[in-house]
Amino acid sequence: MKFLRNMLKSPMFVVGMGLFILTLAIAILGPVFYKVTLEQVGGQYAPPGNGYLFGTDDLGRDYVSLLIDGLRSSLYVGFLAGIIATTVGTLLGVYGGFKGGWIDDVLNMFTNLFIVIPSFVVLILISASIKDGRSLTLIGLIIGCTTWTWSARAVRAQAAALKSRDHISLARINGDGTLAILFKHILPYLLSYVFMVFILQIASGILSEAAISMIGLGPLDTVSLGSILNQAKNTGALGDGVWWAFIPATIIITVIVFALYLVNTSMEGVFNPRLRK
Amino acid sequence: MLKNRPTLRYILHRGGWYLVTFLVAVTINFFLPRLGAANPVDIIMGKVSSGLSTEAAKEKEESYLKEFGLVKVDGSGNIMRQADGKPLRASNLEQFGNYLKMCLRGDLGTSFQKYPKKVMDVIVEAVPWTIALQLPTILFGWIVGNVLGALAAYRRGVFDRIFFPAALLISSLPFFVFGMLLVYYFSVVLGWFPAMGGYAGDLIPSFSLTFFGSAAYHYVLPFFSIFLILAGGQAIGMRSMGIYELGTDYIKYAKWLGLKEPKILAYLFRNAMLPQLTGLALSLGSMIGGALITEMIFSYPGLGMAMLTAIQNNDYPMIQGCTLLVTISVLIANFTVDIMIGFLDPRVKAGLQMGGN
Repeated sequence: MKFLRNMLKSPMFVVGMGLFILTLAIAILGPVFYKVTLEQVGGQYAPPGNGYLFGTDDLGRDYVSLLIDGLRSSLYVGFLAGIIATTVGTLLGVYGGFKGGWIDDVLNMFTNLFIVIPSFVVLILISASIKDGRSLTLIGLIIGCTTWTWSARAVRAQAAALKSRDHISLARINGDGTLAILFKHILPYLLSYVFMVFILQIASGILSEAAISMIGLGPLDTVSLGSILNQAKNTGALGDGVWWAFIPATIIITVIVFALYLVNTSMEGVFNPRLRK
Repeated sequence: MLKNRPTLRYILHRGGWYLVTFLVAVTINFFLPRLGAANPVDIIMGKVSSGLSTEAAKEKEESYLKEFGLVKVDGSGNIMRQADGKPLRASNLEQFGNYLKMCLRGDLGTSFQKYPKKVMDVIVEAVPWTIALQLPTILFGWIVGNVLGALAAYRRGVFDRIFFPAALLISSLPFFVFGMLLVYYFSVVLGWFPAMGGYAGDLIPSFSLTFFGSAAYHYVLPFFSIFLILAGGQAIGMRSMGIYELGTDYIKYAKWLGLKEPKILAYLFRNAMLPQLTGLALSLGSMIGGALITEMIFSYPGLGMAMLTAIQNNDYPMIQGCTLLVTISVLIANFTVDIMIGFLDPRVKAGLQMGGN
């Protein structure tokens, strides 16, 4: 509670969290208050107005519906990839950082290896070889499995710094095993840190999905913010100045990512007092 | 002998590490596309084996099989066949061996789409564009971002209060989103700059003034779309590093001594720069990946565009060639930054152990 009260004092956190909750609310409550339909309702690229706030796409579908659907997909992928990447990364990082020795060396080398090999390239290779059945969930899984390295690296450094603390030695003397120490005495200390990592992983999941959809390798079963942009580029909407085909989608992606960055940066400021004034 | 030459030892150590990484990357590049249900080998094999294709098409496809090392070949270079005349498929491991041999020869196979053009030839045409776009952009972005970040950390106040949120907003823009917005505003609405391509469509690449003029004109938008985002991200990192360094004793001491501001800033910059360099090395992979998408947005004739065309046409040899090349360039760039760190970091010079890998 004290933590939350501290956070609420930071305007950056309030703005960031507010924006993020707003996008979540639109994604969850949008279909309740707005009739989402992916049927054709108008002509090709009908301009905004006539009851359709952002006009229609090249198939005559209502953009507001597409955007709500796309936002839901993006957040779903973001959370899925974020949860996988954070869990895998945290467990490997905490274990390696705490254990030290050759286990740490091997895990660390493995992590660094996959940091250097661009995950975007791995994503392209996998998506390009899965021709049919490229679903949103699958894309989320792949993103999660290629981006965990960052969390592992960040968490490992923290765990390594913690391991020589007195309370860890005390727990050892009391006869606690490695796992017990990890879950009872190390992870609780890292929770805020893991949360920050999680926030960044959601952002990178959303960005990765948008990027991979943008080049035409995205999910085939749903609309996503990236696939809206891909369609806008492929049909030449960008060159024809059909702004409603891509401006709303770009703004939504930017707002989500910006909000998550704000939350992350403000938390950094609270946990690292030097960054405060 | 190496004991007395810590920098050399460091370089060799890193070099060895990158060699291992390279081998892993090649392995991934080979095996990943073959894991899927509809993997390229099956598709090619299926095409060849189906009786529908004419003799000529069959010959062309069998030459593919041979070239990519997908089938067993006897001593004289003829394809070994099963009893019913179908080519005998090489095992995955044998294929991998053939692939490695080809890579070492610098041969990445033949493009499906641009047959009979070699993948390597397409890539050689594209790479100069990518280097011309990405190298200066990343360098300038890094320098400008770090100078601004250090200034923001040092000055704080109004400058920081405006600069920091702006940098945060810019750095949270995905490359491709920013690229699209720039195209829309500066080329569609205002008409100042061309929206597509690396040079005017009616020109042929040559060493003439008109061509370079046109290329420079087409360079502006892609450059800024990468540069601003990169500088923003670097500035944020440098700002927090700078604030951290400002609290250290040596800066306080310098202030008490009454040193001039630029001098203190120079000290601060030197010390905060190393972690920033390490950060650059780590994020190069995602940076180059992001910049490739920028090329796709602008239809810039570089590697990104080659990759996009290949993806749209299921041109597997081309996709694989591009991804391999991107990985290799990321590795080389990383290695270069690592060596720079070796020369700049006094701890490496002094032969002290570096933290981590």
